[in-house]
Amino acid sequence: MKLFKSSLSALRVISLLTLVWTLSLPSLARAQDPIRIAFIDPQSGTFAATGETGYLQLKFAADYFFNEKGGVLGGRQIEVIALDNKNSAADSQQQLRRAISEGIQIVYSGNGSAVASALSTAIERHNRRNPEQRVIFMNYAAVDPILTGADCSFWHFRFDSHSDTKMDVMTSHIATKADISKVYIIGQDYSFGKAVGDAAISMLAAKRPDIEVVGNELHPIGQVKDFTPYVTKIVASGADAIITGNWGGDMVALGRAIADAGLDVPIYTFYAAYDGITATLGEAGKNRIRLVHNDFANPVTSEERIAFTRAFKAKYPHKDLTQPRLATSLQMLVNAMEETGGTDPFQLALAMEDMRVTNMIGDEVWMRGEDHQSFQPLFVSVHTDENVVFDADNSGFGLVTEFRVPTQDTITESSCKMNRPQQ
Amino acid sequence: MIEVLIFATLNGLVTGLLLFMLASGLTLIFSMMGVLNFAHASFYMLGAYFAYSISLYLGFWPALIVAPVLVGLLGALIERYGLRRVHKSGHVAELIFTFGLAFLIEEAVQFFWGRATKDYRSPDLLDFPLFTLFGQNFPAYKAFMIFISIAIFIGLYFVLTRTRIGIIIQAAITHPHTVANLGHNVPLIFMAVFGVGTGLAGLAGVIAGPVLTTFPGMAMVLGSIVFVIVVIGGLGSLAGALVASLLIGLLQSYAIASDVGMPDLLAWLGISFERDHPLNDIWRLTLPQVAPILPYLLLVLVLIFRPSGLFGKRES
Repeated sequence: MKLFKSSLSALRVISLLTLVWTLSLPSLARAQDPIRIAFIDPQSGTFAATGETGYLQLKFAADYFFNEKGGVLGGRQIEVIALDNKNSAADSQQQLRRAISEGIQIVYSGNGSAVASALSTAIERHNRRNPEQRVIFMNYAAVDPILTGADCSFWHFRFDSHSDTKMDVMTSHIATKADISKVYIIGQDYSFGKAVGDAAISMLAAKRPDIEVVGNELHPIGQVKDFTPYVTKIVASGADAIITGNWGGDMVALGRAIADAGLDVPIYTFYAAYDGITATLGEAGKNRIRLVHNDFANPVTSEERIAFTRAFKAKYPHKDLTQPRLATSLQMLVNAMEETGGTDPFQLALAMEDMRVTNMIGDEVWMRGEDHQSFQPLFVSVHTDENVVFDADNSGFGLVTEFRVPTQDTITESSCKMNRPQQ
Repeated sequence: MIEVLIFATLNGLVTGLLLFMLASGLTLIFSMMGVLNFAHASFYMLGAYFAYSISLYLGFWPALIVAPVLVGLLGALIERYGLRRVHKSGHVAELIFTFGLAFLIEEAVQFFWGRATKDYRSPDLLDFPLFTLFGQNFPAYKAFMIFISIAIFIGLYFVLTRTRIGIIIQAAITHPHTVANLGHNVPLIFMAVFGVGTGLAGLAGVIAGPVLTTFPGMAMVLGSIVFVIVVIGGLGSLAGALVASLLIGLLQSYAIASDVGMPDLLAWLGISFERDHPLNDIWRLTLPQVAPILPYLLLVLVLIFRPSGLFGKRES
């Protein structure tokens, strides 16, 4: 009887919540309504920090470049709405449905290729079935090559270089280091982690056949409490360099375990900076951790970029500008809007194909029409506290660029057979 | 090989004993309330964050004492003004209450401390390698973790079995009405047990924070595994919790350290598959890859063959 009573009151709460939700449903979009962007990324759980920083940066870029200068398309504001996907593919699809039901036609996402792949597939299907309410997908960080390769989609645009390209840069850098002879690869157990491992093995074999891959380990993503057991294996293998695609909490924990074990070998990474990672690695990672990325680090020479970074830091003192490519992607999107005079995703997608924009540091970013993969210079940077003007996590430590790869050296063949929709 | 074995054992001990600190409090609360406290790992997270904030001003050592006490007090208050009221509505309501509490605490942590990883460090005093074996350091801090965990086990065991308070607590868990009739304040005992249990979780957070990193997802990573331990060890059994914690810590550690997997099994059986076989992912599976799900496998096996757990006294 007691149970019955409590479930009755639960029912009451649920119906009340439903009522509130229904009342808060937005009305249909009007001409001067804001242009709304759904930002579907983790806002809770192991990867919350990464998702939150991305959201704040996109929101800030929208305000800084467009909203404060009178908006776009004759005065419309850009509004970014964060939807928490808990880094799960299922939750992402649910949030996508929610965004669509609220009439949003632009979706941003980036953290996790499993999520991006689910979103890309869901959007492709949705757009086929609902040609009057299509959605465009701006992928700012998920780097599994397959997303612009075998699984490419007309609606999907990627603003980060994919992991094969980055791995190409990384292995070229490793190939120049004569003292590296044994490499250990460790990654998260999903499509991206596997892609990193496979690419590293084949590229090292081509560039430095004498380098031995002494380990290729996959661990569950976001589940490992303590990486010490893995580090034990790395030490035992005699590796003199480590390659990892880990990001978020998995990168911090791995870096810390390596430092605690006193293992002094270079660590080649894609994501070992910002969101608490730099501060946590601190002195232990100095001159040891290298990143391959497309966001220029210290020394920053571009006035525009310095002003943007300062403004961002003034508003969010505890955050860093980790992904300036979010601003680049927004620039392309707005260019496409102004060019087509509207926000129709089909027209936007056509307009962004083969678009070239100059990013804040003066490099040209090219969105290849064939597979919707962007190309831009790539950098290899080192984690240090010397010559760091713009540090990360307010820790005094940051990234200093050692090596720059120009755009033309990062261009790879497209393997995409795109299914191009008609009008 | 031997160095992997030694370090795998040490790693397993550290993880296992850390899990025990969480499981010991949870198992006490479990036997008291009759339901799982879903928010238990959240108190562990609170411990780490409290200690981080306190250590910024007072240093690590005061935080080691103050943070668990604060967490324990918070736990006691939640029991007194939250759980005790909900208790009247039965187990389902209690379960949902703790479930909601876990979300609430995670949101609160994100609200006050943000979502980024906190730079919570082990004290300088323990910031040296205790010994170096085969080129790998064993940090003194980890030895300290082992020491604290064992001290807690001994202390709890002593209090529960050798003191008057322990006898009253044990009696209150199994026969609350009889104990109340004897003139003891049973609700107060429950509040104290809940406070001590959550305080222990807080202590685990204080000492685990610097090693396992302090971030808002830390409760989620550890949460489910602690329930597994409590069930495997047997409800309400402290010794069971210790054995199950060590078992799971070592099991995971050895599985990760091992290098065997399906390819070895298939090679041994003399079977081979093409790389593009539809079940390719299964044929490539290795033991280290599945290490984190082994505890759950163990849970299923224990539930099938010994439903009361390894040291469980009662059938539930």
